Amino acid sequence: MSAADIHEIRAGFLPLLDSAILVVAREKGFAESENVDLALIRETSWANIRDRMAVGHFQMAHMLGPMPVAACLGLIPLQLDVIAPMALGLGGNAVTVSCALADEIAGDRASSGLDAAANIKGLARAVRRHNAESTTPLAFAVVHPFSAHNYDLRYWLAAGGIDPDRDVRIVIVPPPLMADALKSGRIDGYCVGEPWNSLAVALEAGVMVTTKSSIWRSSPEKVLAVSGAFASDHPEAVTAALRALYRSAEWCGKPENFESLAELLAREDYIGQDERIILPALQGRLRYRGDEIASVQDFFVPFDKAATFPWQSHALWFYSQMVRWGHASWSPESSLRVAQVYRPDLYRAAIGSLGGAVPAANSKVEGALHAPTYVGASDGSLLLGPDGFFDDRIFDPEQVEAYIQAQRA
Amino acid sequence: MSIAQLSVLVIDENRIRASIIEAGLRDAGHEQVTLINDVNGIAQRIGDLEPDVIVIDLENPNRDMLESMFQLSRAVKRPIAMFVDSSDQASIEAAVEAGVSAYVVDGLRQERVKPILDMAISRFNAFSRMERELDAARNALAERKLIEKAKGILMQTKGIDEDAAYTLLRKTAMNQNRRLSEIAQSLVTASSLLDPEI
Repeated sequence: MSAADIHEIRAGFLPLLDSAILVVAREKGFAESENVDLALIRETSWANIRDRMAVGHFQMAHMLGPMPVAACLGLIPLQLDVIAPMALGLGGNAVTVSCALADEIAGDRASSGLDAAANIKGLARAVRRHNAESTTPLAFAVVHPFSAHNYDLRYWLAAGGIDPDRDVRIVIVPPPLMADALKSGRIDGYCVGEPWNSLAVALEAGVMVTTKSSIWRSSPEKVLAVSGAFASDHPEAVTAALRALYRSAEWCGKPENFESLAELLAREDYIGQDERIILPALQGRLRYRGDEIASVQDFFVPFDKAATFPWQSHALWFYSQMVRWGHASWSPESSLRVAQVYRPDLYRAAIGSLGGAVPAANSKVEGALHAPTYVGASDGSLLLGPDGFFDDRIFDPEQVEAYIQAQRA
Repeated sequence: MSIAQLSVLVIDENRIRASIIEAGLRDAGHEQVTLINDVNGIAQRIGDLEPDVIVIDLENPNRDMLESMFQLSRAVKRPIAMFVDSSDQASIEAAVEAGVSAYVVDGLRQERVKPILDMAISRFNAFSRMERELDAARNALAERKLIEKAKGILMQTKGIDEDAAYTLLRKTAMNQNRRLSEIAQSLVTASSLLDPEI
């Protein structure tokens, strides 16, 4: 093997549970076995990831799912040519609020638990009461305007009758600073990826009141962003990286590996938090309030259910929410452009030969599966779902405009 | 002088670097310069100051917060864009390399703002160089101390003089193809393990 056959790839990431697939690809030899020399660089903001991709420091990155969508619509301050040929898992986030607000949400119930439908009623009651007494609305933090956190939180609030732009304030706080901001009272709650919810509970700064998986089961989160120029100049490097990451995701999804994965992610150069804070989210056993533990199905899905497949319907859902909240304007042309930023074709070309089951379709109706269901795939069968939204709405990627109008009504 | 009328806000948690940039801006004739080290309550400060140009270090995790304020918040009344001209790839690259980013009020002419960004870039680079030199000096000092200690151990245990001890260390390093300080470190570690008093 000559040096020329080694694909050198530098990828940026933020310290979050769903950087796991990248970290494991490097640390467990999956990258190496595909001749990929994968250097991982921990960053401090999504803006840095974006900027360093734009100037060519990074060929790939751990990126918020809506960010490539925003980039292709020209909504970010730089020109960034980026594609998403792979997702980095499903779920992984939770909503954490201050202990006082959690008590209000629970009301007469002994504990608030994690159910999105039950707790949004309690939260709506708390918000109304707060706004009757105060002119400063409650503040909820998310990690970035163009994030699934922002759109999931807004979806949840709006379904409960809370206007996210009027009844509360939505502010931006970097993930590692969330628990601190909550503890100091600067914010009343937040939506963030793990382990930054578990950390707040461990510090007794907050209580988790719902999870991304409860708001929308099997929902999209981070993607692997690849520089468009790099992908056209080095298609074989992208193929090799996708294969390595697919194998890595498979490893991350095996329960027998959870403990060593938590140990690995705990390292100072990755997440830099105690492995005991990281492990529960992998096991789906969240310590959500004090010492109370809840089992959460599909809290974070790194591999099963085609968790790394870049569904174009996911990109379109993000776009629908950008339009819904006035972050983008609607046009059928933009909708076409958005769908093409996610690249299931590249995924299929790279992964198909590995023998895994790859979905035959590029898009699916989101929220349609109430039970695990076999769907058409390259090797005949692939188990997907359940993937429902907590309010039982359905998103049909063929009917984006109608969906947006129904939400506005 | 029209250039002096621009109000510049420097956000940097590194106080020394922030002061260096401030000094550079003042030298260049900018009188309205404000430094912020702590980003808490920054929306209010920006609302009050209404800066024309904001310079922030890239290590600052609050860049996402700052940008969202420019895009969505009512606290910042004027539209703010990143850099002067988003198509000026060379400037953007130089800034990212140096570890600094600048945001400017939309509509400001490039020739008015570019000198500020250029100055920030060169000061950031000078600061990194200074830090690297300081690190190198610190490491050199630590290595020298380590070698002194290793020599002392050899002199005591083998009953040899300082020159002989140094020669022995150097020969071992050359034979093993390792750095002198590494050999010294191994010896100091081994010696502390063998110390009968622990």
